[in-house]
Amino acid sequence: MKAVTFSGGIHPSYNKDLSSAVTTRPLDPPEEIVIPLSQHIGAPARTCVEKGDEVLIGQPVGDAGGFVSSVIHSSVSGKVKGVEPRAGAVGTEVNSVVIENDGQDRTVDFSGLGDDWRSAETSELKDRIQQAGLVGMGGAAFPTHVKLSPPDDKPIDAVILNGAECEPYLTADHRLMLEHPADVITGLSIVMKILGASQGFVGVEVNKPDALEALREASADSGITVVPLQVKYPQGAEKQLIDACLKRQVPSGGLPMDVGVVVQNVGTAAAITDAVVRGRPLYERILTVTGAGVAEPANLVVRMGTPVAHAIDACGGVRGELGKLVLGGPMMGFAQYTDQVPVTKGTSGILLLEKSAVDTREPDPCIRCGRCARACPMRIIPADIAAFSARQMYERAEEYDALDCIECGSCAFGCPSRIGLVQHIRLAKAAIMAQRRKGN
Amino acid sequence: MPITDKLHVAPSPHVRGTVSTARLMWTVVATLAPAAAWSVYLFGLPALTVIVATVACCAAGEALCQLAMKKPISLKDGSAVLTGLILALTLPPGLPLWICAIGSVVAVIVAKGVFGGLGQNLFNPAMTGRVFLLIAFPGPLTRWLVPRGTGDTLFGHPVTAYDATGKMVEVSANNVDVITGATPLGLLTEKGTAAVAALSDQSAVFFGQVNGSLGETSALLLLLGGLVLLWRRVITWHIPVSFLGTVALFAAITNAIDSTAFAGAPFHLFTGGVMIGAWFMATDYVTSPMHATGKLIFGAGCGILTMAIRLWAGYPEGVSFAVLLMNATVPLLDNYFRPKKFGFQRLTRQEG
Repeated sequence: MKAVTFSGGIHPSYNKDLSSAVTTRPLDPPEEIVIPLSQHIGAPARTCVEKGDEVLIGQPVGDAGGFVSSVIHSSVSGKVKGVEPRAGAVGTEVNSVVIENDGQDRTVDFSGLGDDWRSAETSELKDRIQQAGLVGMGGAAFPTHVKLSPPDDKPIDAVILNGAECEPYLTADHRLMLEHPADVITGLSIVMKILGASQGFVGVEVNKPDALEALREASADSGITVVPLQVKYPQGAEKQLIDACLKRQVPSGGLPMDVGVVVQNVGTAAAITDAVVRGRPLYERILTVTGAGVAEPANLVVRMGTPVAHAIDACGGVRGELGKLVLGGPMMGFAQYTDQVPVTKGTSGILLLEKSAVDTREPDPCIRCGRCARACPMRIIPADIAAFSARQMYERAEEYDALDCIECGSCAFGCPSRIGLVQHIRLAKAAIMAQRRKGN
Repeated sequence: MPITDKLHVAPSPHVRGTVSTARLMWTVVATLAPAAAWSVYLFGLPALTVIVATVACCAAGEALCQLAMKKPISLKDGSAVLTGLILALTLPPGLPLWICAIGSVVAVIVAKGVFGGLGQNLFNPAMTGRVFLLIAFPGPLTRWLVPRGTGDTLFGHPVTAYDATGKMVEVSANNVDVITGATPLGLLTEKGTAAVAALSDQSAVFFGQVNGSLGETSALLLLLGGLVLLWRRVITWHIPVSFLGTVALFAAITNAIDSTAFAGAPFHLFTGGVMIGAWFMATDYVTSPMHATGKLIFGAGCGILTMAIRLWAGYPEGVSFAVLLMNATVPLLDNYFRPKKFGFQRLTRQEG
């Protein structure tokens, strides 16, 4: 099968060799775990423990704060030290449950459906996914059960798993697909059953031939198609992935379900298998610790709430002079001001960039070279929108389809003038949305 | 233990490509260098002084503007040097240096600085400088030194010699200062296709054994430079292909209709400023459209206007006028011909 792709995009240096050959290993949790009550898009979870409570691994410490929200579980056994604001991954303080780890690793009883999931009711499968606190593990952390509950007038015929892992540096999904291909395929089958979808796809960039092979073997006779994708950023962006796999374009302003598709990350699929088949909630995940700024890049299975400093120490600590600490990949991840932020459900990587990789020069004037527009996978014109945004001309920015921006950063990556196109567009999007809310 | 105070916090993306404005500008300068060196070989010192004068004056003019606007001096980005080099390549060798200086001032101060500097100008600075000089100083701007190795005649037409005071003298006289001759396009305009018939068969115009502006001489070196720009992805193919294609088509059609009145496509492609115009002037980012369709229309417009001026207007050459006129259409082209965005139309569901 010929590798497929979308139009636009960029070819950054991938730097995946740093960690792609390193087998995942579990990271022992630290003495203190900080579990944010908001690790997902939507309403924060409501705390359901108090200071002094004994908790077990897999025991809920936060109940869903609404439908678009998620249950949050303890990742260690021990005693709750308190519920207090702590540094979160997006720069603000987040209400968090602080737990003292007793080191016993006592768990609640995990009771999964085993192979009986095939005969289970759809509602039970969905309920188990919801109770396991599943959210999208590619980074956006959107509650999974919401994605699996499309309205009746939006029939879903295809489910696509995103195994592109197009962000440079990250290899967590790669290792997962290589080491647990059957979990990925089973998770996809469960999602297809829930949605009544007839087609299942796993899209993987061709720079991971071993993962492609492993998935092909695991999916033999399952009716699931493993799709080789060209190596190009942002191949794993939802709309671009659908375009590549199915030649369907999600309409502007629409969602994948508008073209009959649901997309899940491969990590989410494996977590669905854990939740449904084994009854294990989402309290740990695979992530990549990498970059020139860390001594021994690795792929770790990390308990939620582990401070990133602990994971960095486990990889030999910081090497050289550190410039940036990024949660997620270099294209869309969040730069941190402290290494005490905890790993959450959406943390796909911990990236340490050396000081020499940090560019603090002022931008040059736009020379209208058009590279941003050619790189844009949504084919909007970043330079124009950014210029409108810089002049607070948000209505013009809206006319130029600022809201279609997926903030992938392809435009800013290739800008010869180093203009912060993405942040200008983000600003415009926020202003446009604020205006819309005011209008309603 | 705390690494907190060392961390730099900024929005994504956290990595960038290696393309920079300076690298783009200096790449264009480098791709023009062979053609510039060729002109120095052909015409000697009179060519070199024009290049040095315009580059120096453009750099000084840019620095002056930035001083006046209290902006950082950005000569390192190469844009002023590039303007100076392109301007030099549109001027005749031996042009008095004070005229070069005026052209440079018009280019970087009037056409660029007062609009706000790099990225803000509507019209191509070098073209503006050249057209200003052509209108203000038509005499000096159309006095074409003959290239190295020319005898009594150039392309079968007698050359003209002047002494140091500007008086016409015999070519064989021992007080000859400069020798000039008509350019191929000049001959075509004045005397028709018969006068350049000999040229059409020869490769002189392609390889550059001709007179004209510094950068009009070797179509070959300019073409190679342009191809390097394509290869290095400094420019896209749209403007050069539509510009050159339109010129070729226009010339071929008119030539087919009446070959005694109109020269053929190779002559029009390889003479005058078409080659440098299509690869280096019409492709100036700031003053050309950003998107593919606009670029194609822009290039075609340049080609049509160039040929219209060459065939029916008073000037023998029209590239700089054509580019400037098309510059004015760029905001319109960019506005009307935007890329079709992703998900613009709802596609029909495909089952299967």
